[in-house]
Amino acid sequence: MAASVHSSGDHARRDVSATSTRPSLLRRVRWSELLAEGAIFGVALVSILSVLLILVFVGKEALPLLTSAEVRREVTPAALFVPHGDAGFLWQPVSADPKYNILPLFAGTLKVTLVSLVVAFPLSVLAALYVSDFAARRAREIIKPLIELMAGVPSVVVGFFALMVLSTWVQAVFGTEHRLNALVAGLGLSFAVCPIVFSISEEALRAVPASYRAAALALGATRSETLLHVVLPAAMPGIAAAGVLGFGRAIGETMIVLLASGNAALLDAHLGRSTRTVTATIAQELGEVVVGSPHYHVLFALGALLFLSTLAVNLAGERIVRHMRGTRRASAEAP
Amino acid sequence: MIARVARTGALPHPRSLEARGRTHLSDGMLRAVAALATAAVVSMLVVVLFEVVRGGLGAMSWAFLTEYPRRGMTEGGIFPAIVGTAALTLLMTVAAVPAGVATAVYLTEYASPRSVTARLVHVCIANLAGIPSIVFGLFGLGFFVSTVGRGIDRVAYGGTITYGQPCLVWASLTLAILTLPVVVVSTEEALRAVPRELRNASFALGATRFQTIVRVAIPEAASGILTGGILAVSRGAGEVAPIMFTGAAYYLRELPTHLNDPFMNLGYHVYVLATQSPDVDRTKPLLYATVLVLLGLTFILNLLAISLRARARRRLEDHG
Amino acid sequence: MSPTKLALTLTAFAALATGCTRPGATTTDAGVSNGKTTISVKGSDTMVILGQRWAEDYMKSNPALTIQVSGGGSGTGIAALINGSADICESSRRMSDKERGSLEAKRGQPAIETKVAKDALAVYVNAKSPVREISVAALSRVYRGELTSWRELGGPDHAIVLYGRENNSGTYGFFKEHVLDGKDFAAATQTLAGTSAVASAVKGDAFGIGYGGIAYVEGVRALGIKRDESSPAVLPSLETAANDAYPLSRFLYFYTAGEPSPSMKRFIAWVTGPEGQSTIADVGYYPLPKKS
Repeated sequence: MAASVHSSGDHARRDVSATSTRPSLLRRVRWSELLAEGAIFGVALVSILSVLLILVFVGKEALPLLTSAEVRREVTPAALFVPHGDAGFLWQPVSADPKYNILPLFAGTLKVTLVSLVVAFPLSVLAALYVSDFAARRAREIIKPLIELMAGVPSVVVGFFALMVLSTWVQAVFGTEHRLNALVAGLGLSFAVCPIVFSISEEALRAVPASYRAAALALGATRSETLLHVVLPAAMPGIAAAGVLGFGRAIGETMIVLLASGNAALLDAHLGRSTRTVTATIAQELGEVVVGSPHYHVLFALGALLFLSTLAVNLAGERIVRHMRGTRRASAEAP
Repeated sequence: MIARVARTGALPHPRSLEARGRTHLSDGMLRAVAALATAAVVSMLVVVLFEVVRGGLGAMSWAFLTEYPRRGMTEGGIFPAIVGTAALTLLMTVAAVPAGVATAVYLTEYASPRSVTARLVHVCIANLAGIPSIVFGLFGLGFFVSTVGRGIDRVAYGGTITYGQPCLVWASLTLAILTLPVVVVSTEEALRAVPRELRNASFALGATRFQTIVRVAIPEAASGILTGGILAVSRGAGEVAPIMFTGAAYYLRELPTHLNDPFMNLGYHVYVLATQSPDVDRTKPLLYATVLVLLGLTFILNLLAISLRARARRRLEDHG
Repeated sequence: MSPTKLALTLTAFAALATGCTRPGATTTDAGVSNGKTTISVKGSDTMVILGQRWAEDYMKSNPALTIQVSGGGSGTGIAALINGSADICESSRRMSDKERGSLEAKRGQPAIETKVAKDALAVYVNAKSPVREISVAALSRVYRGELTSWRELGGPDHAIVLYGRENNSGTYGFFKEHVLDGKDFAAATQTLAGTSAVASAVKGDAFGIGYGGIAYVEGVRALGIKRDESSPAVLPSLETAANDAYPLSRFLYFYTAGEPSPSMKRFIAWVTGPEGQSTIADVGYYPLPKKS
């Protein structure tokens, strides 16, 4: 989608210098412009600086978990993962005997994320297929912006809907044990994941050259055969990228799960029971911690782990996509 | 048809080929399944909209938008939340748009795409876009409030807590970093769409690179930059997790007038009313109405951005 | 832009920034700006509506004063008091020794406690539930996850769905200390952000049980509490809370770091005086017993 990428400035400069008869025109240095260009360069570094700062400051507040003896008296890094004797894996930081197992929290995040992807991914990819290859132009011009509009709905609104309306419906239909549970939170999350997966998949499908489709049809394939065996596979790298981005979004979502998951730190695979995610835990408990207490540091450690997970997901996704593109190219170039 | 292809060199759209090809039951089934999936996705949006409008329209009124909350949020309006949200997004835009435009200008006009810095900036922008919003909240608390704020207090105010607490300026800066990728990507897209000929013409007339950027490229890309700004505002107006601990408050009698004031916020108000409202039945209509206002606001902004972008794309197709 | 213009713009920004700053709170009096004093009150979600009503009413007769009230839980309020970002902390439980120690360490002042109201911690069940009373011991077993079926309490044969508060809530802390004897809640307890969320959850769940301040009891039924198996069940009310016949009655507190400033002192005196106390009944809690 990016147009020709080479910097237009250099070409133009060379053109001008070839024809200009006044070298002083080019040499004239405007200090204010130099300053402004320096400022632009400096500001451009803000993005790099921000990521670094986030890493540093979230990590800095998590570090005492490893370095401070005082903090280690209440919680050690190992205690985050090891069960508390018979009690098992518990997250109960406010207690005479504080328990800081983070496994129930990660299990909660995983449960909710998987539910949202299982629902959103197939629906969105099929919808993208419909919009790119089946829908009439008028329909496409209405449906596409509508689904993209979903991305603009604030997640607190989606969470509110899940809490107030969706949970009652789900309990009526599925008879779940708890009204607010992993299923409801996952369904709410899928609302947020759908537009991402849809947009990117739709772009990937549209980017498949028309010649592919024409060639398949010319060879006698039916439309469904073309789409399923030629177009979809060709768009796979883009669709995989969509899936990865959707996954990353689901892991990091806070408000929807905070409102709709019931927030009970249970370690199980049951979808009908409440669950508690990493993001919701941080959001719920950050307000009550005394700055510098062990609980505070553990929450930052959770944040750091979350940050690293999303980084890892993005990296892994990029690698998968690149690999898919590579194999595609290799098979295309094969004699 | 083949003759037409030979003459014009343009491939017919696959769909017009299909009319001549074999049709199968499987085609119809695939179409039906895909259509159902589309309907399912769209209906998600429609259902949420419908429920919000149904529950909230009754409580909507001019008074609701201009009054303060009374009697524990069971009566009155959400005026301070609207003002707080406006102040927050205004400050956020002032911080994010210049920074985002400058970054995009650097990436498109100055840096060679192969340079290490340019690639690093791209990677960082992509990563910023993927960071969970609650991590921004942690960062805002740990960096802005606790470090920068306390530092300012120690240096400029002799230790009394002025900026070392959750307030408007820190929440705005946190949101500015969160929405930076949106502005950068939109501006970059818009700047790359500016035809090279325009820039060359400017150079040919003797302008410096900086003058070209400021007087030719940016004005041409203005609608794209505006789109980015609008999308950023829409995102910032709806985010709650980053501002929960960096400045949002539940009930304030005064409007935020200083940089270090706490503020009420539409999204945060929805969250608090949904979970901690004192009387769930009596506040429910007001809760729905608040959601309606927030949703309406973000919708209008998004629709504006979408139509601006569509118009810019159409203009591009006409040009090139 | 010429260098001078740039320099001027930057200085203008700096001036704007400093001008747009509300002076911070000092230890002698809450933050003063333009002759207006600001008091920030944070903490208990149980007390937040009460705090707001007090603030609203008090500000009517004291326009020079601004009182900002926010909730978040007693733990949040105490943390804010320790961190220095609140002047008064509302709490529905007493501060622990550890917290008092942190306050002294961080702010160099002892915690000053003022009782401002009384509450009866109600245990709610759905209005349709046949269960009407429970003993403290049984309640403890229910919330520890040892008693899991309504059948054992005289209700239908169905699992008990536990609703509770997050751990920054004073209500959570009080319940844990006085009912669970300091032991932990069952992991299956759904943690909700506010008492009203608990009440509305129980309202919508025929098999739910929850706890919270008496002011939130609309739409659900409060159980009678028996101090032990042989005592009579006592329902929460103004009388039973005042004379402590109701086993789960508690005080609601204001905490300050050290002696309150003059304006804070006046506010607190108003709250514990006749005008403040009469507002309490409006909100649904109980005024301080006349004696203490």
